[in-house]
Amino acid sequence: MRSNRLGWTLLTPSLVVLGIVGFLPFLFVVWVGFHDWNIFAATRGMIWTGANNYRRLVFDQEFLDALWRTLAYTVTVVVIELSLGFLLAQTLTRQFPGRAFFRTIYVLPLVVAPIAVGATWRLMVIPGFGPIPYFLERWFGIEYRIGTYASHAWATAVLMDVWHWTPFVTLTLLAGLTAIPKEPLEQAMVDGANRWQVFRHLTIPMMMPVILTVVFIRMMDALRVVDEVYMLTNGGPGTATTFIGLHIFRVVFPKTDYGYGSAMSLLVLYFTIVLCWLLFVALSNVGKQKA
Amino acid sequence: MKTARWKKALGWIGLYALWIFLTLFTVLPIYWMFVVSSRSRVQLFDAPTLLIRSFYVQNYTGPLSDPVFQRYLWNSLYTAVGNALLVTILALFATYALSRWRLPGADNIFFWTITNRMAPPAAFLLPIFLLYTQVFKIGDWSLFDTQLGLILLYCVFNLPFAIWLMKGIMDGIPIELDEAASVDGAGQWTILWRVIVPLAAPGLAITFILSLIFAWNEYLFAATLTSVNARTITTGLAEFVTVTGTNWGQMAAVATISILPALVFLIFVQRYIVTGLTFGAVKE
Repeated sequence: MRSNRLGWTLLTPSLVVLGIVGFLPFLFVVWVGFHDWNIFAATRGMIWTGANNYRRLVFDQEFLDALWRTLAYTVTVVVIELSLGFLLAQTLTRQFPGRAFFRTIYVLPLVVAPIAVGATWRLMVIPGFGPIPYFLERWFGIEYRIGTYASHAWATAVLMDVWHWTPFVTLTLLAGLTAIPKEPLEQAMVDGANRWQVFRHLTIPMMMPVILTVVFIRMMDALRVVDEVYMLTNGGPGTATTFIGLHIFRVVFPKTDYGYGSAMSLLVLYFTIVLCWLLFVALSNVGKQKA
Repeated sequence: MKTARWKKALGWIGLYALWIFLTLFTVLPIYWMFVVSSRSRVQLFDAPTLLIRSFYVQNYTGPLSDPVFQRYLWNSLYTAVGNALLVTILALFATYALSRWRLPGADNIFFWTITNRMAPPAAFLLPIFLLYTQVFKIGDWSLFDTQLGLILLYCVFNLPFAIWLMKGIMDGIPIELDEAASVDGAGQWTILWRVIVPLAAPGLAITFILSLIFAWNEYLFAATLTSVNARTITTGLAEFVTVTGTNWGQMAAVATISILPALVFLIFVQRYIVTGLTFGAVKE
């Protein structure tokens, strides 16, 4: 009926742009990943080392720790954001006075630049300056120091991400909840199901594709977080909040260990793709079941 | 009867308590940023208080009257709007193709576009830097430190997102409408502009605004791939953190200024958001 030619023509501009800014750099990173390359080393050029960088990676405790930390962080923030976002979206679907106001307020953090989010949170939590440590100590006697206690820094990083990204989750879920058909829910209520049963057996299954999409997007972005944490704690104290993105940044920039950094990012990229692919497959299956 | 009514009232009180608590949680950091922006360097180290007693306007007038800072703002606006427009148009074409034609390998292409967003940015800075300074150059001109360079580069994270968002919306537009228009003698282009675009308008609006926000807020690429001419406001923000100490007041003022444009846009398209952001995941 239609010729594929026009289809390809429409698709090509996007592929060309992504090819230039995405695929070409990717090929280069693959190439460099097989080399030793440090512009401040005795030999300035690239030295072919085969899979050496990857062999080194598997035993690099710092790298593995950072990876593990990032994974734990990602799971934590995604779970909190999804629960909170669902709670908010579910309660915001009904009509009540002030709904437009709350909806607008909850979107605010979305427009703040990650770098500004980090700066703002830092302003709030640095001792002797920010209100949070001051009031916590004065009112509750809690000593809260993100520069000293690893757990405090960790919790603050999580809270910051929740603050920044829950709005996106809420909006997406809200859009989904508005779009799902209402009749089955009402019918079930008439048939005597209680709210929880309706939620558990109808709302959740119908919302599954949206939930998976949100988890996919948040997971993908949380795994590569840099700006906010860089501003908030700069990875500290010690390595408590050195997530993988920041770790790679340190290897690549101050240390200029370029070959090793490339290998590292490829492994992380591979890891992310596998995780996301699993979700993507789950998503397509859910989609097919419905159709 | 009475207890049921009480229960309902308690439920509402609980909900409002939740909403108000979350409102405070949401607003507090932004409010504190504003408070800091109202204080001079000396006042900042007084005991923390949430009240604004006096307003140190120089934090705002200082950067705003600085031509360098004005250029940063202009660059941010130019790059963000340029990128959002480019991304929206490219995504419209790409998703129209992905949704209406059975192209061989389309699913893989779709997933590949998304993987572009997953790369840890740090290691990809150098290849892009080399590409911009060594490969894409004609005589003295190169893509490095140009707005065009940033506009293209931001596609790497915005285009995958936009394609994903628009794909769902395209799939949600019944193909029967295309066929009906086709029977009436409309060509593909007419169908795209006259049938698809009006129906996809909420989705296009939300794609545009989210791309705009992400592009406006980007820091790492902008900091690495610009030097003087094309610096954006986020890099300007980071420049306040200096070795000699951070000028927190001015930094907070700049941060406050920097969220205003995105905020205005967002309020402007607020009504589209809820209808446009489903990623087409829910089909009736």
